[in-house]
Amino acid sequence: MTRKKHPLWQFHGGLTLAGKKAMSTATAIAKASLPAEVVIPLHQHIGEIGEVLVSVGDRVLKGQALTLPKAYVSAPVHASTSGTVTAIAEHPIPHPSGLSSLCVSIETDGKDEWIALDPVANFRDLDPGEIRNRVRHAGIVGLGGAAFPTAVKLNPGPVHKIETLILNGSECEPYISCDDMLMRERAIDVIHGAEIIAYALHAEKCLIAVEDNKPEAMAALEQALVASQCDRIEIVEIPSIYPAGGEKQLIKILTGKEVPSDGLPADIGLLVQNVGTAAAVYGAVVRGEPLISRIITVTGPGIEQPQNMEVLIGTPMADIIAQCGGYRPDAEKLIMGGPMMGFSLHSDQLPIIKGCNCLLVKTTADTALTTQTMPCIRCGECTKVCPASLLPQQLYWYASSKNFDVIQDYHLFDCIECGCCAYVCPSQIPLVQYYRFAKTEIWNQEREKQKSDHARIRHEFRAARLEREKQEREEALRKKKEMLARKKQAEAAKSTPTEDPKKAAIAAAMERVKAKKASSDAAPQNTDNLTPAQQKLIEDADKRRQLSGKE
Amino acid sequence: MSVLTAIVILAVIAALFGLLLGYASIRFHVEGDPVVDRIDALLPQTQCGQCSFAGCRPYAEAIAKGEAAINLCPPGGETTMLALADLLGVEPQPLDEEHAAEPEKTIVHIDEQTCIGCTLCIQACPVDAILGAAKQMHTIIESECTGCNLCIPPCPVDCIHIVPVKIVPDTWRWPLPENKNTAPMA
Repeated sequence: MTRKKHPLWQFHGGLTLAGKKAMSTATAIAKASLPAEVVIPLHQHIGEIGEVLVSVGDRVLKGQALTLPKAYVSAPVHASTSGTVTAIAEHPIPHPSGLSSLCVSIETDGKDEWIALDPVANFRDLDPGEIRNRVRHAGIVGLGGAAFPTAVKLNPGPVHKIETLILNGSECEPYISCDDMLMRERAIDVIHGAEIIAYALHAEKCLIAVEDNKPEAMAALEQALVASQCDRIEIVEIPSIYPAGGEKQLIKILTGKEVPSDGLPADIGLLVQNVGTAAAVYGAVVRGEPLISRIITVTGPGIEQPQNMEVLIGTPMADIIAQCGGYRPDAEKLIMGGPMMGFSLHSDQLPIIKGCNCLLVKTTADTALTTQTMPCIRCGECTKVCPASLLPQQLYWYASSKNFDVIQDYHLFDCIECGCCAYVCPSQIPLVQYYRFAKTEIWNQEREKQKSDHARIRHEFRAARLEREKQEREEALRKKKEMLARKKQAEAAKSTPTEDPKKAAIAAAMERVKAKKASSDAAPQNTDNLTPAQQKLIEDADKRRQLSGKE
Repeated sequence: MSVLTAIVILAVIAALFGLLLGYASIRFHVEGDPVVDRIDALLPQTQCGQCSFAGCRPYAEAIAKGEAAINLCPPGGETTMLALADLLGVEPQPLDEEHAAEPEKTIVHIDEQTCIGCTLCIQACPVDAILGAAKQMHTIIESECTGCNLCIPPCPVDCIHIVPVKIVPDTWRWPLPENKNTAPMA
C-alpha cells in the first residue's frame, strides 16, 4: 500500500534534539519478573480516588479491583498479581514532592492467578456507553504521562462532535522508546484500539501520528492496518521536532488548527489519545483485562542494560533497575519521564505507576553541566523556541517576583512545561521550575479562596441561625408573658362582680397588723416601783432620744 | 437684570440635577457596601479575631471606613495584605515581624480521651466545625476547620491541640528555585 501524503503544518518554535532512543530499542520488550511485593497507589490518575474494596489479610487475584470510583473523574486500581493484602497505608509514591500517599501493598504468591475475565468477541456488539463503562472499570488512564481517566475523554458530551481521533505515537522526548516498541511489537493492538475508540466516539476519521525517526514502528503499523482492513485509519509520518508529541502541537501539525487557550481539543472536534492507551483500551474491551501493567523504558547512560520492559503496576523501581543490569558506577540521578519533562526521584524504593513511561538514569557527567545559573541577558532565545508561542522571559520575571495576577495575563497555564526554553537558555536558568512554582502557588491560592468562601458561608449561616434562635426565644418569652397577662385579666374580670376572697383575706391580715401595731404603741411596761437612780437613767435616755430625733 | 437671569438659570439647573441625583440614589440603590464585600472576599475567613475585630466582616468594615490598617491579618499573611493594598490603591504596609513569614496552615484536633463533652468549644466555633453534644465526645470536622483556634481558650480540660495541615502530593507546591545570580535586571 502506498502511503497517502497527509498535509502537514508547523507549530511555533520547538527543537531538534538528539533522539538517543537506539540504546533501548536493540532488544525486544522483556517481561519483568514477578516481584515479592507490589505496592499499588490508589491515586495514579487525575481526579478523585475510589472507595477501597479490600481489607488487610484478603487474598486478591490478578486483575481484581482494589477501589471503586465514586466521582465522575476517577479511575479504579487493580491488583496486578495474585497475593495477600498486607497493608493499606501511606507509602512513598513517585512524585516530585517525595511525599507519601495511600497505597495497597500485596504480598505476591507467585501463582499470578487471574480473576474471571469477561471477554467480548466483537466490540461492535457493545454500544459506546458499554465501551466507556468497560474502559472506566478497567482503570484506563492516559499512558502518555498525564494519566487522565480515558473514559471521561471518551465522553465528550452532546455539544462536541468528535470528527477526528488522533493517536499520538510521536514520542518526541529523547531516550523514551516505550511507544515505539509497543507499535513495533503490538501494532495490531494499537490499530484495534483505535477502531474501538473511533467507534465509541462516532469519529469518522482516525490519524495515527508517528515521528519519522521510527520507521520500524511505521512499517509495523502499516502492515497491521492492511491486515485489519480498516479504512478510516490513516498513518501519518510527522517530522521529529520536539515537542511534536504535545497534544496541542500535534493537532497543529496534523490539522493546522489551534486549540483555544482555555479550551479542549474536543472544542474543535478532535480528540488525542496515546498509542499505549489505545492498546490498553483494546485489552480492556475485547479481552476484558484491566490496566495492570505497562511498558516502561529503562534507559540512560547510568544504566547497564537499557531496554523496554513490560512491568506490573506496583513493582518497585529498584527491582526493574536490577533486572536491567543495575546502575553504572557513575550513575547520579534517577528521573521519572524523559530528560526534558521528567522529574528526579528521591529514591528507587517507589512503585511503578500507570503514568510512568520511562526511568532515566543520568550520570555525573550529565548533571555537572547544569549547575551554574547566570542572570538573564534578555537574548530572547526562549521566545523563539516556545511551542506555545508564549513569552518565557516575561513569565520568568513575574514568577520570580510572585506577581501571580499578571503572569496569568501572559497565559502561564498554556505552558506545557516542555522545557525548550530552559534547554536553550544561555544563562541556564531553570525556567520550567519557575513556571511550576507559579502554577502550584496559583492553585494553592485558588484552594485557599475556595476554602475561605466556604468558611464565610458557614460563618454567615451560623450567625443567621444564632439570630433566628434568639428571635425564636424572644418570641416564645413574649407569648408566655402575654398568656400570663391574659390569664390574670381573665381572673380579674371574673372576680370583680363578687367579693374577691383573696382581697378580703389581705384586708383582714392588714387589719390584724394595724391592731397589733396600735397595741404595741401602748405605754412602757415594768416602770412601777423604780429606784431614783433607775428613774434618772430612763430620763437621760429619753433626753438623748429626743436630741437625736431633733438632729 | 442679566445677573438675575444667570442666577435663576443656574438655580433651575441645580434643582434639576438635584432631583436627578435624588431619583438615581433611590432607583440605583445598592444594598450593603460593595467595598466591604470586596474586602471581605479577600480576607481568609478564619474569623479568628487576631486583628482585634470580632471576625473578618467587622474588620472589612473597619478597613472600608479607614479605621483599621490593612496589615492586621496574620492568617492572611503578606498575600492578603498585598491584595488589600491592590484593591484599595494604598501603599503596602509590612506585617509584624513575627507574622511576616507565610503562616503555617493549622487546624485543631480534640483529644477524645480527655474531652468531657462540655460543648463550650462548639459554642465558640465560628464555622460550626465541631460536632458533639452535652456529655458526648466532641470531634473536629477537619475539612471545615479554619484554624482560628477560638475553641482552645474555652476548653476547661485543655484537650484541643493545634496540628499543622498535612501536605499531600495534591497540595504540595514547587519551591521557588534558589539562585542569587538571577535577580531581575532592569
